[in-house]
Amino acid sequence: MSEVSLQAPPSNSPLAFHRKMLRHKPLGGIGGLVFAIFLFCGVFADVLAPYGMNETNMQKVLEAPSLDHWMGTDHIGRDVFSRILYGAQLSVIIGFLAAGLATVISIILGVLTGYFGGKIDMLIQRFVDAWMTFPDLVLLIVVVSIIGPGVTQIIIILGCLYGIAGSRIIRGSTIAVRENMYTHAAQSMGARTLHVLWFHVLPNVMPVVIVLFTTRVGAVILAEAGLSFLGLGIPPPVPTWGSMLSGGGRTYMYVGPWLALAPGLALTIVVYSINVYGDALRDMLDPRMRGR
Amino acid sequence: MSASNILEVRDLQVHFPITEGLLKRQVGSIAAVDGVSFHIKRGETFSLVGESGCGKSTTALSVLKMQPILAGQIVFDGQDITDHSAAQMRAVRRKMQMVYQDPFGSLNPRMKVGAIIGEPLRVHGMAGDKAQYHGRIKELMKTVGLLEDMAERYPHEFSGGQRQRICIARALALDPELIVCDEPVSALDVSIQAQVGNLLMDLQDRLGLTYLFIAHDLSVVRHISNRVAVMYLGRIVEEADRDTLFSSPKHPYTKALLAAVPEADPELEAQRSEQLIIGEIPSLRSPPTGCTFHTRCADAMPVCQRHAPERKINGETLLSCHLYS
Repeated sequence: MSEVSLQAPPSNSPLAFHRKMLRHKPLGGIGGLVFAIFLFCGVFADVLAPYGMNETNMQKVLEAPSLDHWMGTDHIGRDVFSRILYGAQLSVIIGFLAAGLATVISIILGVLTGYFGGKIDMLIQRFVDAWMTFPDLVLLIVVVSIIGPGVTQIIIILGCLYGIAGSRIIRGSTIAVRENMYTHAAQSMGARTLHVLWFHVLPNVMPVVIVLFTTRVGAVILAEAGLSFLGLGIPPPVPTWGSMLSGGGRTYMYVGPWLALAPGLALTIVVYSINVYGDALRDMLDPRMRGR
Repeated sequence: MSASNILEVRDLQVHFPITEGLLKRQVGSIAAVDGVSFHIKRGETFSLVGESGCGKSTTALSVLKMQPILAGQIVFDGQDITDHSAAQMRAVRRKMQMVYQDPFGSLNPRMKVGAIIGEPLRVHGMAGDKAQYHGRIKELMKTVGLLEDMAERYPHEFSGGQRQRICIARALALDPELIVCDEPVSALDVSIQAQVGNLLMDLQDRLGLTYLFIAHDLSVVRHISNRVAVMYLGRIVEEADRDTLFSSPKHPYTKALLAAVPEADPELEAQRSEQLIIGEIPSLRSPPTGCTFHTRCADAMPVCQRHAPERKINGETLLSCHLYS
């Protein structure tokens, strides 16, 4: 006991927290770092990009990576590195907003059905069952072809799609939390349902929510890339990693492999980093893991 | 009701439905509590003892209105709370608190100990300003023998006994009159059991608390109770004050329970009489006819199979047994 009080009080600043993560969970820490770089690139794409996103230079078509063009140029002479940065911008926006929307939907549906059970659970979860029988991509294609492509539409569709499916996961952990005696204790001391949900259920399903959110960011970025690859995503000429893969990337892959490699690697690295970061975050936020 | 009684339970019945198939059709029910009546006087410790599944915890939960009941009446502090709505119960809950068996599951692992102990105050809007709130938490921690600086720690940093102290502090926060203790010491080490048991008794003296004490460990019950009721298959078979019950048990089931308490002295242990209880606990789904204990009773008579014994006063004891009628 005396050892504990001799230590300096733990700092709660995000910087100290992530420094600690780098020390205890190196992989997750690096993932977080990559994720931060990706965020930074996305937010400051306009400043960072050496060329405009649609600036063409017909003298330099399909040039290999060089000092002038770090990732080469594409078939109409646009700088691939700049387009990757602008693509990151869109990916950040779509990834965060759609995953955020999905998580909120999952929490509301999952906690409601898991905590109350009974008829509400039966009704909502049978709908979720029906919803999950549709293949994601088919649903996306149908909805996009009805309401047309665009950033807002994509965010709403992906948010609903992953939100409804993810509610099952939140529901499961809500049921587990509800059966804990501390939930019972709060009810028996006379706490209102909202109090129980906010102070007991939500904090204890948070680890699942964090992992759900981070994996969803990755999944949404991938889904958007998939849609753009099929030509159903963000309309050209706005660069997204998916449309870069499907446009120049696929057609000129043999002449200029960097056209496919750049967006493909960017996608892989970012999604992987987010996932390992989410895992590390979950472990670090658990009070039982602190001090280990 | 008498003003000296804080709790009166009359003919309480709790049934759990047995459902089958996809449509959850009810095919039967389990009488977990089948006509239980008792009262608790202000300032005393009333213990319910019995084997697992005899309905003692269900009775406790019903008293707190945490369990829907089929029939019966619950009068708390002069107020019939049987049909109270959830909103009406909120006010009553301030006066009745609960301490749970499992000190590991009953504390939210993501809340600091101070917040856990202060939660009832916040729930009932009695936290006051910051200084009052923190002062009260410190006072409560001192009352149960915890150090003030432990308020900033998380439950997992504490031992079982300390956690149970946290639970007790939380139960005390609102100055309750009745505390329902559902096997509060049975999950603890024997040495810690005595500490926590003594703490409960000490608090009772200082704060004038009343306990409804649920237990299966008779040595703890003997130590802590004023009156004891023995339950078997959802019914109280014998009820008496502690000394009467332990010195002259009447019901064969009570005798068997007392005989099953292990003796510390190996020589006495070797001399102990043979088993008084036969076989396994019967299925609650189809309980035996007549006296439900007759299937396991060494003294069973033909009448026991046909008629359930009535509850009668026998000396100092309230008894349901044909042997004494």
